[in-house]
Amino acid sequence: MSLVPEIDYGTPASRAEKMVTLTIDGNEITVPEGTSIMRASMEAGIQVPKLCATDMVDAFGSCRLCLVEIEGRNGTPASCTTPVAPGLVVHTQTSRLKTIRKGVMELYISDHPLDCLTCAANGDCELQDMAGAVGLRDVRYGYEGDNHVKARSNGETNARWMPKDESNPYFTYDPSKCIVCSRCVRACEEVQGTFALTIEGRGFDSRVSPGMHEHFIDSECVSCGACVQACPTATLTEKSVIAIGQPEHSLVTTCAYCGVGCSFKAEMRGEELVRMVPWKDGQANRGHSCVKGRFAYGYSTHRDRILNPMVREKISDPWREVTWEEAYAHVAAEFRRIQYQYGRDSIGGITSSRCTNEETYLVQKLIRAGFGNNNVDTCARVCHSPTGYGLGQAFGTSAGTQNFDSVEHTDVVIVIGANPTDGHPVFASRLKKRLRQGAKLIVIDPRRTELVSSPHIKASHHLPLKPGTNVAVVTALAHVIVTEGLYDEKFIRERCDWSEFEDWASFVAEPRHSPEAIEPFSGVPAEELRGAARLFATGGNGSIYYGLGVTEHSQGSTTVMAIANLAMATGNIGRPGVGVNPLRGQNNVQGSCDMGSFPHELPGYRHISDDATRDIFEKLWGVKLNNEPGLRIPNMLDAAVEGTFKGIYIQGEDILQSDPDTKHVSAGLAAMECVVVQDLFLNETANYAHVFLPGSTFLEKDGTFTNAERRINRVRRVMTPKNGYADWEVTQNLAQAMGLNWNYNHPSEIMDEIAATTPSFALVSYDYLEKVGSVQWPCNEKNPQGSPIMHINGFVRGKGKFIRTEYVATDEKTGPRFPLLLTTGRILSQYNVGAQTRRTENVVWHEEDRLEIHPHDAENRGIRDGDWVRLASRAGETTLRALVTDRVAPGVVYTTFHHPTTQANVITTDFSDWATNCPEYKVTAVQISPSNGPSDWQIEYDELARQSRRISGKLEAAE
Amino acid sequence: MSEGSKIPRMANQIATFFHSQPASEGPNGVATHINKFWEPRMRRQLFDIVDNHGGEGLDSLVLQAVPLIHRPPPAEVPPARENSAPPAP
Repeated sequence: MSLVPEIDYGTPASRAEKMVTLTIDGNEITVPEGTSIMRASMEAGIQVPKLCATDMVDAFGSCRLCLVEIEGRNGTPASCTTPVAPGLVVHTQTSRLKTIRKGVMELYISDHPLDCLTCAANGDCELQDMAGAVGLRDVRYGYEGDNHVKARSNGETNARWMPKDESNPYFTYDPSKCIVCSRCVRACEEVQGTFALTIEGRGFDSRVSPGMHEHFIDSECVSCGACVQACPTATLTEKSVIAIGQPEHSLVTTCAYCGVGCSFKAEMRGEELVRMVPWKDGQANRGHSCVKGRFAYGYSTHRDRILNPMVREKISDPWREVTWEEAYAHVAAEFRRIQYQYGRDSIGGITSSRCTNEETYLVQKLIRAGFGNNNVDTCARVCHSPTGYGLGQAFGTSAGTQNFDSVEHTDVVIVIGANPTDGHPVFASRLKKRLRQGAKLIVIDPRRTELVSSPHIKASHHLPLKPGTNVAVVTALAHVIVTEGLYDEKFIRERCDWSEFEDWASFVAEPRHSPEAIEPFSGVPAEELRGAARLFATGGNGSIYYGLGVTEHSQGSTTVMAIANLAMATGNIGRPGVGVNPLRGQNNVQGSCDMGSFPHELPGYRHISDDATRDIFEKLWGVKLNNEPGLRIPNMLDAAVEGTFKGIYIQGEDILQSDPDTKHVSAGLAAMECVVVQDLFLNETANYAHVFLPGSTFLEKDGTFTNAERRINRVRRVMTPKNGYADWEVTQNLAQAMGLNWNYNHPSEIMDEIAATTPSFALVSYDYLEKVGSVQWPCNEKNPQGSPIMHINGFVRGKGKFIRTEYVATDEKTGPRFPLLLTTGRILSQYNVGAQTRRTENVVWHEEDRLEIHPHDAENRGIRDGDWVRLASRAGETTLRALVTDRVAPGVVYTTFHHPTTQANVITTDFSDWATNCPEYKVTAVQISPSNGPSDWQIEYDELARQSRRISGKLEAAE
Repeated sequence: MSEGSKIPRMANQIATFFHSQPASEGPNGVATHINKFWEPRMRRQLFDIVDNHGGEGLDSLVLQAVPLIHRPPPAEVPPARENSAPPAP
């Protein structure tokens, strides 16, 4: 094994179609117009020395090392900033160039410490490489003069010297090693789009500075790692590299955090992970990363990980460690007993949106073939099930229509109910890049999110709607487009059912859907809404990106349909730069849905009542399948409370913390006789479990994840599972204990079964993925290269369907007792229930959930910033600390749900989407009052959690 | 909210959506949706409300849809109860 090779071409690729031929060092080279001479050389295999150039950012031309000579031109131009031209004859190595480069390097080295042997970048230092490349043999200038290298010069304090900044938990900044190439500053601007770094001072005083000469941790830095990646020296270095040393081999794998699905090189030394570096060829992230994927992997080796299976009779007992065989036998016996006693349908399971496709497929197979029912569901129930339903109705298939590259071609973007800079940071960076190039932005969100206004980003329109009024607002956008004649008639006549359009158009044109009519209850100024509609309909390629702020409502599915209507009415489907793009929350939530995790459908979204589809699986699996839909998660909990649902196998999902109305969830779990939790940690759900099966991390297994753009990406095992088994092996062993004859030797064999049974995966195999890197489904005979953009020449269902979207106010209404609306969201540094990120240094950015409240509402209640407040709804109450901010509108409060002690879901209710039962997390009527400390529930729960984490013979596990 | 009230509430939510759709889609839309997504236990509870409680609390569109909703087979008798002798009087 070796490091995955990556070539740095020095400058970004040109997109031009016109080709140009020139001669470099006697080689004839043909490249796209606009390519730099540096890049053209590299493509021919000629490496021009360079320091300030790297292909993740635009050319800068400051280091003066990449000079070349061009016949017929004067001087020695920088090859990074000089574009190719037809017929040029370029020389990259002449005696004149050699002398200049040596002189330049000599000056660089004269202000750089010579501690190479003990330097963390030793072996991975471009300065060192260039000194070697130009043949630097001595440095004539000593350190006596001005320098940034020594803390003391000639016995006196050196004012130019700055100590190392170690404030960021993941990397250090050592100014003494900086060559002021500006690569970090440019990466922060161009790639990440945060503008946290700058160069302060002039000439010899120039220094890299986070913010206004601040520490990294105090600056605007979001710790995405782009600067560290860009740094050619040890100035910005991962602390893990400082601690461990340089990696010796690497494998490409896929991040296990959000649905962007970034590709990373896991750089290893033996079985120790040295660092995660975003992979340039990753089609989703194009070499970028965020703080979670880049740095927050420490949970994989955290001491809280449970490595041995455990069993207990009652949830009030301490856990007892057992062998794997005992654990499997116990589960099999219990599940069979429960089915004997309460019936075949009395058990079920939940697949994990964090596990691989192969693992998810096996869990649903175990339930359908082994349990003999369809009581299987997944995390998507509580996030994007309305997307599946809504887009399925409108377009005929439930997934997003575009790839992420599509954003590079968009002209006007609607972001609704999503906060990508926190939830999907790498996509946000790609979006911001396009916005800086001039694309326009419309944000529909109750909060003033970062995209509304941040450095070099300003939304043309922010529609700060009241939570729960999405359908009214999106329908009003359609009203303006229809009544002002801005719709794309040609597209609609060609692609959609015209009579359905006419019906819909007359519906949305009714005056009650006008911006003026909905303003009183949506809170969105009518003129602003009209402006937004006009911009979207006339601004060129229009794309819509949305998140859980759309789906997690009682009208979630209706809003998805309204979004689909809007895209069809404006002709924004079926080409790059447009489309309907659900931003998926978890790494493999798309995949878990694809793999048949829903109780009503088999893999590939085929309904369980379809005889032909069942027949395929029945023949292969050798069982008779139940043709009735099974229970969804909320239905399982209802049935448990009613006494007809008694056992559950939960893989990698923490429903107690993540699902709404915690008291209802805990009542359901407590009513079950055998709760089996498979996870890395004793999560909150495990407080109610009878069996705990240790899980493995994404670093410890082979498999695939499917991201929000339907991209099937490989996950590669880089270390042995600490618990002994990958999750698919655990499920297989459990299936065997239940009498199923499964014998998969490798996840690739599971993928082969998926491909053989599921048309949209027909050509997918590990061999194929090895060859092409990744592929977007459908990938079959018709689309052997996969499908980056869907619905190109027509919709999957044939004609696109316009559906009337009547606004129905949620039953969750404010009143005298609960006058404020609570909505929930997430934050950049934490992920979902926080089980992973809370066990990393990411807690330095967010160690507790805070309640955002408008200064006006805070003052009325006598609440100051940082005060403890009691947050109560009709479902329950909790306490947390207030954050007074005008990011939220008066009447609206907001919090995150990353910490179990906050228990934000004690507050949320059991109202749900009409079509899918997706919970209404985003609207809860609440009251806020000053508080002295934790609520009774929090105290009781804390004690329960402590009690239920006891393991016989071990000291109490500390969180 | 009491547990018993969830089924009518869920059914009525579906009906509310179809009330706004063209009239021809109404009952069929509701029935198709329930057939596609409701587990037999849930449909049994719905039929119980219709059969034994006069459809109390159900939206008119739900009631119109009922003839189109698949009537689930009677609840499965668990093997344990099947095998055990009926309790002595």
